[in-house]
Amino acid sequence: METGLNPEDIQAVWLTLKLASVTTVLLLLIATPLAWWLSHSRKWYKGLVSAVVALPLVLPPTVLGFYLLLVMGPQGLVGELTSALNLGRLPFSFAGLVIGSVVFSLPFAVQPIQNAFEAMGPRPLEVAATLRANAWDRFVSVALPLARPGFLTATILAFAHTVGEFGVVLMLGGNIPGETRVLSVAIYSHVEAMEYGAAHLLAGGMVLFSFLVLLGLYFAGGKLGGVSK
Amino acid sequence: MNWIRVHLMMQLDSFALDAAFSAPPVGVTALFGPSGSGKTTLLRCIAGLERAQGWLRVHGEPWQDEKTFMPVHMRPLGYVFQEASLFPHLSVRANLEYGLKRIPLSERKVPLEQVVEWLGLSRLIDRKNPALLSGGERQRVAIGRALLTSPRILLMDEPLSALDSNSKQEILPYLERLHRELNIPMLYVSHAMDEVTRLADHLVLLDKGKVLASGALGETLARLDLPTAHFDDAGAVIEAAVAQQDEKYHLTRLDFAGGFLWAGKVDQPFGTRVRARVLARDVSIATQAPQGSSINNILNARIEEILDEGPDKVIVRMKVGDSQTLLSRITRRSRDHLCLVAGMYVCAQVKSVALMA
Repeated sequence: METGLNPEDIQAVWLTLKLASVTTVLLLLIATPLAWWLSHSRKWYKGLVSAVVALPLVLPPTVLGFYLLLVMGPQGLVGELTSALNLGRLPFSFAGLVIGSVVFSLPFAVQPIQNAFEAMGPRPLEVAATLRANAWDRFVSVALPLARPGFLTATILAFAHTVGEFGVVLMLGGNIPGETRVLSVAIYSHVEAMEYGAAHLLAGGMVLFSFLVLLGLYFAGGKLGGVSK
Repeated sequence: MNWIRVHLMMQLDSFALDAAFSAPPVGVTALFGPSGSGKTTLLRCIAGLERAQGWLRVHGEPWQDEKTFMPVHMRPLGYVFQEASLFPHLSVRANLEYGLKRIPLSERKVPLEQVVEWLGLSRLIDRKNPALLSGGERQRVAIGRALLTSPRILLMDEPLSALDSNSKQEILPYLERLHRELNIPMLYVSHAMDEVTRLADHLVLLDKGKVLASGALGETLARLDLPTAHFDDAGAVIEAAVAQQDEKYHLTRLDFAGGFLWAGKVDQPFGTRVRARVLARDVSIATQAPQGSSINNILNARIEEILDEGPDKVIVRMKVGDSQTLLSRITRRSRDHLCLVAGMYVCAQVKSVALMA
């Protein structure tokens, strides 16, 4: 039985960190306007949008992965679009994993930010308006700084959740080293091959990582209650 | 001078706001009415924080009409909310400078040093966390923050109502000082009669979203057809000037158009303008000049109107001199015994004079 990380495992760790980083950045860019809209809109279809955003919380990851595979596959809507634009295939690629991860972790980014926007209430923005700040100025100079704890929670949760995802990755990306073989899949493969030592090393690292993330969250004062899972 | 002209309408939960009034372009106009009369909503509509129907012109500039709705941040106003609402993520100085930074240099008419001096902020301005200030201090910073945008009108929504009475007493002198030294008209929402009589020059009386009356403070408070004349603390407001000091008895003579009153000592130089309040319940009436009375202030007055106030009391409006009105609350029995009727000349005995500033 081999101990220590082989180069493939190290590659998996790096790939996982890359996936989580790219996903988190994209998620913050998408979740911020979405959370703002959800916290301020009075449209009738707001409930519909909220439900769709929250769906990944309750769906089994395999179900989500299955449908993403169909949509991004050669016969799927997105798949036809990407092949028409000569962007290549999405399933079994890093780009496909990023899309899957963004969808999968969307509620973990949206909900804390939305809660933070709602918690500040309308008053600070009204005050800013009476002090000559236009809408964009109010958002940048008042809403964003006041929602900082929400952004911190969203960042950490989105990152950690992406690091730990398994079902969606397996359905969408399989197990291609250097392309889609992330940590959780690598652990699975080690266990299947009865390489418990290597699996322990990676799994133990994950436990430590998750613990540190939660510790950081609590010390940063962010609230985990922001997500209802 | 262009008056502030308002006619705004809005459907609220329990009644419709439909308020039309004009306010002078100088001094303090109080929007006065009971809780739930729509005064705060009206002020928010004037600021543009709520979208009402109707029109609004400030200093001749249309802020709202059929075609225009100037967004809040374009209106040259200062707004002081009931709670100070300082930005918790900014220091006291950054709070003060938030609006200042957002107006062009050419429009900065109120310098920071001036505001710091007016509102006594020198010991607060370098504090990092506004949450650690007291309620009164926070509200002073909020007023300063609004003033620093060099507004052309200052809107105040019950700025004292969230404060305890100590903090209120701490802030009132600052507000009076602004009233004297600042050349910006103020719309001041309040349901507290003592604040209104202390600060306001002009009164807009609101009830259930409608304007019951609008006019100069003294005249409006003296109108017996308005509910304000029937409050327990109803009374007249007298604008007077310090005329003579009686060092021996520690009294000050205050002269007003139509006579003078002796009041408790006012430590102000000769000629200082002061505002005094004489409550209706502190004024009694005699048909002849009383002999051997302990009352210092006896004014010759002419009865203008007498109105029944419940089964036992009447309220009497009198004129002292040509322009000063005085209210007196007496029993119906006294009215009948003395055969008081409108047009009679009487002696008004003033038991107590409250100085507002």
